[in-house]
Amino acid sequence: MESWKQNKAVFWVTALPGVVWLLLFFLIPLALIWGMSFGEKTSIVDIEITGTLANYLRSFEAVYVKIIWKSIWISVISTAVCLAIAYPIAFGICFSPARWRPLLLLLVILPFWINLLIRTYALIAVFRTRGTLNFTLEWLWDLAFLDKLVGPYQPLELLYNNGAVIVGMVYVFMPFMVLPLYATIERLDRSYLEASLDLGASQWRTFFSVTVPLTMPGIVSGIILVFIPMLGMFLVPDLLGGTNAIMIGNVITDQFKAANDWPFGAALSFLLMYVTFAALAVRAFIGSRMKGGVGV
Amino acid sequence: MAKRKSTRGPLEYGKSPWLILFGIVTFIVLYAPIAQLIAFSFNDSKRNIVWRGFTTKYYAKAWNDASLVEAFVNSITIAVMCTVIATIIGTATALWLWRFRFPAKAAVEGVMALPIVIPEICMGVAVLVLYSRVGHWMRGFESGPIHWWNELFSIWPLNLGAITAAHVAFSFPFVAVVVRSRLAGFNREYEEASKDLGASEWQTFWNVVLPFMMPGVIAGALLSFTLSLDDFVITFFTAGPETNTFPVKVYSLVRRGVSPDINAASTVLIIITLVATIIAMRMQAPQKSEG
Repeated sequence: MESWKQNKAVFWVTALPGVVWLLLFFLIPLALIWGMSFGEKTSIVDIEITGTLANYLRSFEAVYVKIIWKSIWISVISTAVCLAIAYPIAFGICFSPARWRPLLLLLVILPFWINLLIRTYALIAVFRTRGTLNFTLEWLWDLAFLDKLVGPYQPLELLYNNGAVIVGMVYVFMPFMVLPLYATIERLDRSYLEASLDLGASQWRTFFSVTVPLTMPGIVSGIILVFIPMLGMFLVPDLLGGTNAIMIGNVITDQFKAANDWPFGAALSFLLMYVTFAALAVRAFIGSRMKGGVGV
Repeated sequence: MAKRKSTRGPLEYGKSPWLILFGIVTFIVLYAPIAQLIAFSFNDSKRNIVWRGFTTKYYAKAWNDASLVEAFVNSITIAVMCTVIATIIGTATALWLWRFRFPAKAAVEGVMALPIVIPEICMGVAVLVLYSRVGHWMRGFESGPIHWWNELFSIWPLNLGAITAAHVAFSFPFVAVVVRSRLAGFNREYEEASKDLGASEWQTFWNVVLPFMMPGVIAGALLSFTLSLDDFVITFFTAGPETNTFPVKVYSLVRRGVSPDINAASTVLIIITLVATIIAMRMQAPQKSEG
């Protein structure tokens, strides 16, 4: 790596396009909503930045605290379920025959590249009242002669509740969780596992006392990678949760699209940004501690 | 039971029947809804519940829906423009961060990663506010000399410029990451050799560095293509009433319920993105030919 002073022309030619674009279409817009989050509406179209904290205080009103709290617990549960599914998958891929690994990894990641909207839409067809899952259950119900014994099958209302949102989130984000887990489990020094087993620890004990701590950086990365987009998710609660499972993303969208209260929407988006920064700080902190620990 | 266990070493988790079963079930759950969506795009039934025979009429119907086709063409146009710009900017950024040491580099790298990590909705509303401000400000010049500006940006495809610019902003950092990871494997002695032998900065870039990083550049380009094509949230906030993209159009249809023409249109989009993704992954995979 050379110092930037050695070749200033090349330095600026390579630096400027990205820096300018990021400034114009990312940093300035963020600064604008940050400013707006301290502003007030003075008429239908005008917003004055008065330095008020009213927008932030408003997000602590009971209605919004409830929604924020719901967004957090839905994201926490969804992240936990993602981890519980993704870890065995990543683990299995790492310990599968080498020639299978690229294919298996591709199979996991591929759904991630399919449009989020389309994947969410695909779930509607599965979970709606006259959807695939209810039909399958009805078929099983009739197969067990329960229709003769108990009565006709009553389709379950699977959509438009918190459960549907959690299932949707897990479905949509699980592949994303596998990647960082795979990356760390693959680098795991297997002699530690052998040592643990040789010294008489059971498979479970080895897993929880050796494998999990050693792959913690991947777990933390995966959690953050999945938790942040879940928290701000708008599509999944909108399409699968309906009016029963509103999350922060939906409230923000409403402020900008329907309610036309931009300053409040801006404050809510910045609350989301603060959470994101906090999560990244946690990751950096854990990352640096991990490095210190393993480096011994 | 004991016999079967002895054929499997203690670390051969890949042979564990439970793990294999778990994997198979997960893959089925992951793919079944998508498979069903694709299958039902060929189903000869409007309500899309039971299989009533093969048909391609919903593809014809989607094809004849002018607004759907327009949205599709818009999406492809935006994706192509975004890919060209994001690839150039992303490659330059990758070269910059790979080659130079400079003050506050870690901070710059952190900011460059922000579009990747922050929730999409934050970026969506931020760009919406930017454009409304710029629009507000431009209207002040309506009768003045900048009048041509407004007219220019109502011509296709420049009317898609606002959406494209936002797409570039979130996709070029991805390109930079991909290209930079490719550059990490570059032996800088080649570059020095080229310069020692009298090649200029540009010749060295064009004949030595660029050929080496090409797989990374192509992978990055395809990545930004799929990112742009798939984006819903940011487009949802930046699209004006007269510009529609495919995901935004599909969203307005989905809100009205499940219908086979959405399945048909979605299937086409799935195929386009998957082809682009698979090519990108091939490009990114470690080069076998280089040994």
